[in-house]
This record gives sequence, structure tokens and C-alpha cells, in this order.
Amino acid sequence: MGTRNYRRKTSHSEHGPGDGGRTGSWRVERPVLDQSLCIPCKRNKEACFICWLFCPEIVISRTIPPRVDLEYCKGCGICAEECPTKAITMVDEAKFSEEDKE
Amino acid sequence: MHIIENGNTAAALGVKLCRASVIAAYPITPQTPLTEKLSEYVERGDMKAEYIPVESEHSALAVCIAASSAGARVFTATSANGLLYMHEQVQWASGARLPIVMCVVNRAVGAPWNIWNDQQDSISQRDTGWIQIYCADHQQIIDAVIKAYWIAEKVSIPIMVCYDGYILSHTFMPFDLPDQKTVDAFLPPFKPDYALRPEEPANLNTVTLPDVRLDVRGELAHSYMEIRYLLQEELRTTLDVAADAEKRFAEIFGRQSDPFIESYRCDDADCVALGLGSLTYQLRVSVDALRKEGIKVGVMGLRFYRPFPDEAIAGALKGKKSVVVFEKAISYGYEGALTSDLKSALYEHLAGTGTLPSIQNFIAGIGGRDIRTEDLTQMFRTATQGRVSKEPLWIGLKL
Repeated sequence: MGTRNYRRKTSHSEHGPGDGGRTGSWRVERPVLDQSLCIPCKRNKEACFICWLFCPEIVISRTIPPRVDLEYCKGCGICAEECPTKAITMVDEAKFSEEDKE
Repeated sequence: MHIIENGNTAAALGVKLCRASVIAAYPITPQTPLTEKLSEYVERGDMKAEYIPVESEHSALAVCIAASSAGARVFTATSANGLLYMHEQVQWASGARLPIVMCVVNRAVGAPWNIWNDQQDSISQRDTGWIQIYCADHQQIIDAVIKAYWIAEKVSIPIMVCYDGYILSHTFMPFDLPDQKTVDAFLPPFKPDYALRPEEPANLNTVTLPDVRLDVRGELAHSYMEIRYLLQEELRTTLDVAADAEKRFAEIFGRQSDPFIESYRCDDADCVALGLGSLTYQLRVSVDALRKEGIKVGVMGLRFYRPFPDEAIAGALKGKKSVVVFEKAISYGYEGALTSDLKSALYEHLAGTGTLPSIQNFIAGIGGRDIRTEDLTQMFRTATQGRVSKEPLWIGLKL
């Protein structure tokens, strides 16, 4: 299936998740959450959510635990930088590539 | 109604009759009187349009792109270095598929500075994805503007209406000025497939990744390559749309011409001259002179340069012994761009048929160098004997 019958002849995006494409493929490092350090996880309360607040791509959920939408996370690392308890670590994507293949 | 006016006014009257609603332009010789005329019409209330003065040609086309995206019928015009300064937005307008009409009043490009006529400016924009129409007189200018809006809006591709600076822009000539009713019958109000509306916010011409993507509605959307392919595909089918436009124009205006090639005394000609714009009318004088000497020659003026009407040209030239291409521009480092395109079309359609004509390329009038009809006739006469030179010959060169 190609794009022959797509309704437009140009590049056009409306507000909504991922209308700029699967930007997750740009990522070289993936944010990994250590729930034993994460404030809302530890307290089981809606708290902190600094990662959700700072994420420029709006791909982190305001949930317990916070979840990252890896389809669109570009791996900028701002969440890891801002996390007050250092609960988020940026891990080389190469480490996951074997895992993803399985 | 027949009137006597200059070529820039012919263009301005065409734009007014087409009811363009947004005009943005920056003055540059020899285009200036055209935009001055339009600002007069708007100022006097003769034309209901927004005239937006800008600080550069780049901004002029940017304004047109924005207004066209919002559904307005827009117009701009420029010449020479103004067109070059606009180049980035020129590419943008075609990629964004906006039916903008722009007059290019042909002038030499710097360096060195030169304000006189040749066609290096528009020819150097050949590969930008715009349609290019060339005019040989004032009637063709006003008619081309009117047809251009119809074609551009049918195919969502912008159009340059090109005419020679001074030779056409500043000289006075009689032409038929159609009335508003006739133009309205030909050209309906602009109804774009899509226009930006504040109620439906969207990003237009956003960054595309190398591959296709699912859009927000889950439909597979084009990426860059698909969008560019569609531009090429629809530029090619624009040839059919141009033929339809000509037919429709003839029915409503009662003036008919071949959509792609304007031929003069070509039927029994062995050797045919080919060119763009007013030079082809000057060549008619040479044709008449050579015919008196018993040499069977004719001249063809090409009206569309992009999309290139390769089939029509090859068909028209089939059986001719030689073609002499007169150009007011050159693809530096090789030969006239039209000559290369012609060779490509003839190879495509006539190779192996044993009817490939020989081709001679002459470059003339660069930077407004006076083109003497005697020189044209002399060079033309020489070329009827067979090819003079592989490299293009520059007529009137004093080196």
C-alpha cells in the first residue's frame, strides 16, 4: 500500500501525536526509569512529574509510573537531566537493539 | 476593445481582470511600471485587492505564499536579480503546490550589473518546478496572465509569465482588452482544495522524514519523495491542461492559437528557427528576407518552456533538415538550455527514424546587446547550409 490516494499533495500536519513522523527513530539514547528512585513510584502518589513537565515532545505520561512513548521520544535526555532523584538514566540504544530483534 | 499600451500595463490589466486579491511586489527595473500600475488600481479603488509593500523580493513571494495558502488569488512580479533573490521561495511555492502567478520581465543578471534584456533570469529558474510561459507580444502577455490563473489553479502549480524587458515591457502596441464579463466567464473565483483557516489549525509543509508516515488520522501520508514525484507527474500532465485552457479560451474569447508552438511559414520549410519570446517575431523578418532569396525557412516560437512540450516540438520538427535555436540565455559550461532540451526531445521521439535534423545554437542579445535583423538573417542563412559550429555562436560579439 502506497500513498497514491492520500488526500493531500503536500506535507501537512495537524495537532495530534506523532504527526511529524516516527521521531523515535532519531534516538541514540533511551531514557530508562529506576522505579526505586522515582518519587511518584516510591510514594505511590501523584507527585513530582518533573519529567512529564519538562519533556519537550510531550511523550512522558503523568502516570505512576511515568511512561515514555518510545515511538516519538527523540532521546534528548532533558528528563534525565531534570529528574531531582536521578531516577532516569540515558542508555545507549545499541544495548537494546539485540533485545528488540528477539 | 482595442487599446494601445505598453507590455507592463498589458500584464497589470490582465491581473486586474483576473481579480487578484493580494499583490506583493518589490520594484525592480524593468518590472517597476507593472507594479506601479497595480498599486494605482488598488489606490484608486479600481481593484479590490490588498497591495502589500515589502522590503525584498524574497518577502514578496513569502507574502504571496502565505496569502495563497489562505485561499487568496495572488500576484507578484520581478526581474533579474530580484528573481534570483527570491529563488528559495520560488522552490518553496512549487513544493507547496500554490497556484501563484508571477510575471518575470526578462533582464540580464549580474555580475556585472546590467539592466537590459536577456532571458538568463527565468531560464536559470528552469528546474524549480514552476510552469514557464513565454510571450512574444502584448496580446500574448495579457492573454497569458488570464490563462495562467486558470491553469495554475487547475493543477496547483505556480506559473511564471515571462516577457522581454523593454522590448515588450516598455514599448507600446495595440492589443485587445477583454471586458470583465468575458474574463469572469473564463476564470471562476479561486476555490482551493485546501485553505488555511483559524478554526482548523495546521502546520503546512512541515519537515518530512526520508520515509512515509502515518498521519494523525492513521492514514499513510506522503514523504518528501512522493510529494516531489507528484509535482513532476502533474507538471507533465499540465501539457494536457494547457491544451484545454487554449480550447476554452478560444471558445470564450474568440482568439485561437496553438498552445505550445507558434509557427510562421514552417509548413514547407527545410530549416526552422526556434526561440522564446519577442526574438521569434524579429526572426519573422529574417524568414521573409530569406524566403525572397528562395531559401525555405520558417520560425517557431515556443510558448511553454516548462513543462517542456517535447512531443509537440518533435512532431512539428519532424522532416525538417535543420533547426537553428536562437537563445537569449546560456547554460554556462555547455550550450543554450533550450538547445539541450530540444536535442533531448528529438532524440526521444525521432532517434532511429532517420529524420533527426541538424541543430545549430546561436546566442544573441546577452545583456541587451542590440540584435540587428541583418545579423540574424546572415547567421540564419549560413546555418541553412548545415551546422556551423558545435559550440554555440554568439551573434554580435565584439571580441
